[in-house]
Parts: sequence; structure tokens; C-alpha cells
Amino acid sequence: MGSGMSDDAVNAEEVRHVAELARVDLTAKEVDQFTGQFAEILEYFETLDEVPEVDREPTLSNVMRPDEERDSLDREGALANAAETEDGYFKGPNVS
Amino acid sequence: MSANIFITEERIDGDDDGPLAGMTVAVKDNISTEGVRTTCGSRMLETYVPPYDATAVSRVKAAGGTIVGKTNMDEFGMGSTTETSYFGSTTNPAAPGRVPGGSSGGSAAAVAAGEADVALGSDTGGSVRCPAAFCGVVGIKPTYGLVSRYGLIAYGNSLEQIGPFANTVEDAATLLDVIAGADDRDATTREVETDTPYADAATGDVEGLSIGVPTELLDGADEGVVETFWDAIADLEDRGATYHEVSLPSIEHAVEAYYVIAMSEASSNLARFDGVRYGHDADTEGNWNETFAQTRKEGFGDEVKRRILLGTYALSAGYHDKYYKKAQDARAWVKQDFDEALSEADVLASPTMPVPPFEEGESLDDPLQMYLADANTVPINLADLPAISVPAGETDGLPVGLQLVGPAFGEAQLIQAASALE
Repeated sequence: MGSGMSDDAVNAEEVRHVAELARVDLTAKEVDQFTGQFAEILEYFETLDEVPEVDREPTLSNVMRPDEERDSLDREGALANAAETEDGYFKGPNVS
Repeated sequence: MSANIFITEERIDGDDDGPLAGMTVAVKDNISTEGVRTTCGSRMLETYVPPYDATAVSRVKAAGGTIVGKTNMDEFGMGSTTETSYFGSTTNPAAPGRVPGGSSGGSAAAVAAGEADVALGSDTGGSVRCPAAFCGVVGIKPTYGLVSRYGLIAYGNSLEQIGPFANTVEDAATLLDVIAGADDRDATTREVETDTPYADAATGDVEGLSIGVPTELLDGADEGVVETFWDAIADLEDRGATYHEVSLPSIEHAVEAYYVIAMSEASSNLARFDGVRYGHDADTEGNWNETFAQTRKEGFGDEVKRRILLGTYALSAGYHDKYYKKAQDARAWVKQDFDEALSEADVLASPTMPVPPFEEGESLDDPLQMYLADANTVPINLADLPAISVPAGETDGLPVGLQLVGPAFGEAQLIQAASALE
């Protein structure tokens, strides 16, 4: 893939786009470093193309319980690790 | 320089009586301890103090264990060396100048150095077995669903289990007895019928045991590791076991399938760290997207960023079928291969790690090389199966671990077989 044969080869713009989706700011140096590393790692992941389709047995089943009121964390405990609180609520940054 | 085994050294007393009375327990720092900070080896959680205990911790305390501290680890469990920790690397007590393995490197080192009698780690793709092998101690990765994950800070939640470390198979089994069992706070746990405690299975009896050796897990392994492995198999043969070679063709794709799934789950699980409810928050102006992105830039290290971004990529529009769906196919294929191999053998055996402990700093610059070293451990997490790593000897003075894999909820047989190597 490094030879530019594939449209999928990852470029710096894509790394910045994914970082934006994931809400992680990157330095220019990180973008550079990750672009090279991602190309190599994703090329390795491409070998999954060789995996045949497999009949998957569903191994998960829903586990239900009655919807009853139970003890849970109190408000003080829930807020104890928050950087900012107001009137018993978490306080986050401005939405816009 | 200190060995840097613990991130936080703090004593938490347990009940007076119980199977762990008089024993000290080290706990990996991604397992929640009420009132004692739990960092995941990350700046993001440097000052986070959980308001509740993980179920495994409650059970250790109720069983009389004394917790002595929270151990160092690769950041959020992402690494095989404990070098990605924000709090610095840990020295391998069994091999100076080498890494202790990871991600539960501090827990393995605590047991190897005698800082604790037993320890808890977590294993998403080998994070108990790798450091057990590198530090020359015993480590168990339980069947998915045997041990509650309540209070374990999630990384790859479809793959991971909390598991014990000890210097002997019997002590590891004793700790497994304490932490195993259904928990209504983790709906993936199951109640397993066991007639006798796991610890009673450590009899060393392997008469008639049938061992399958997957040839793919020996290919490309270090020569000295392979030699030590075969010596251990010969030892088991002398005691009445037999072995035959088996083939697991799906294994060739296990590492890439594992990393696609683990990174995808990580990108989702670590989305919660935004600095609002807990954790590092950036001192910055801006809207919430800008603030979150700055918080996560400052709070996460390189390897965590790499995995969050690659996971986000693998799940993003246009790539989901190519990566995530194919990885799930590979996971189902790996499961089928193991089921088949275990229908003709009681246990499967391989070297735990294909190489001896890395030199400090050796693998930091090449993430792909580090991922490939997990070839023998990740397939077991994909297949949800139990495995144990037990010391098999040394090569050039460096510890070598032997991994035994069994059928789902077949921990007793693994414990019995592994105890024959002590």
C-alpha cells in the first residue's frame, strides 16, 4: 500500500479527520508520526480480506431482571471527582 | 532507581477471616478501589478516586486479603511492556534491564519481587499472561464470564477478564476461587457449577492428559524459548501425559482481528473521558468540542491516542465492513478452530510469549512490532477461553512461560496440568 497503489492509503488529512471525530487534538508532529504508522498498521489489517465468511453462532442472549428501585451512588459521591459543579449538577463547557 | 512497581502504595485491610487471611494482595490500577485513587496508568485519571469498589476488590476484602497497593500498568492496558504508563516504567525483578511485560507489569513484578503474595491483573489480549511469563510467575486469564468486570475500567470489554498472579499455581487458584462467580452488576458473568475449589485441583497429576500443540504458535518463535517449551512438554510426558501436534489455520489472522476489535471497543469505551464528570480537564476556553479535544490531547499518551484513532477509523463510515465486520468473522473462525482442537485434546500448549522479555525501550518506536509479539495470547481472548501461564524454565537466564489453554470454564484442568510443572 505504501507504493500508492491503493486509494485507502491513509494521509495526513484523514488522520486529522479521524482525530476530530474522536475529539483528540494532535500536534503537527503527531499527525506526521501517526500518518506513517497508520499506513503500516492498516496495511497489516488488510490481510483480514483473506478471512472467509464464517457462520457465526449467536453467543449472546439478553439477561433480564425486574426493573426495581435499588440503592445507587448518592449525589455527593457522583460529583466528588468533577472539576466543576453547580447546584448539585456537573458543569461542562459551553455547548457553542 | 526504584522498581516502580506501585503507582499508589496504600494499605486496605480486609476482613479478619477467610481464605486470603494473612495474605497480601497487589491490585492493578485499572481495578476500582473505593477511596484509593485508580489511575489506569494515565494522566487522564491521575487524581481520580473511585466512589466504589470493583466486585473483585470487594471479594478480596471479604476473603480476608490485605491490599498493599495499586500497581503500575501500560496506560489503560494498552501495551505489552508497562512502558506506556504515565508514571514511568517498571523494572523486571526476574530480569534486570528487561521490561516486566504488560500491561499488568506492576502486578507481576509485585509478586516476583515479594512485594505481595498474590496480585490481580486484567487480561484483554495477554495482559496477565505476558507479564507472568516475563517475570517468571503464574498468571491466569479466566474464561470470559467467570469473573465480574464490575469496577474494571473498560478498554476492550468483549475481551477482558480480571485474573490472578502468584508464585505458585495453588495460590493463583486460591485467588481465582475468591474472585470467580456470578455478579448481578455484570450481566456477562455466569454461575459455574464447581464441586471443589480450584485450589484443590493443583495436584500435579497429569497421568493420561492429552496435550495438543498448535504448530502455528511455535513458528517464528525464539529458538531458546522453543527449546525450553519442548523440555517442559517432555517433563509432562515423563509424568504420564501425551502430546500431538494440531493446526489452527485461523490463527494467522488473530492478531489483526484482535487489534481491530480491541481498538474499536477502546474508541467507544474511552469516549467517556471528557473531563466533565471525572478526570483531567484542560484549562482552556472554547466550546465543548474544543475543550474535550484539548482535555484528551493532554490526558492521553501516544499509544492510547493511536488506538482510539485507529478504532475510530475502523468503525467509521465506509470502513466498518472492511475492518470490524471481517474481524468478527475472524473471531468466529478462531473460536471454531479452538473448539475443534479441544475436541481432540484436553488442553493446548504453547510458549506464552514467542520471545524472552524485551530490553527496556526496545519496542517503543515500532507499535506494529509490539502488536505482533502478542500472537500467542490474543487468540485465546478472541475465543473467550481460559488460559494459564506457568514458568517453564529459562533461556540465557531469562524467564520463559508456558501457556495452557482449555475449554470454556475448564480452569480446574488447567490448574491441575500447570501444577505438574512446579
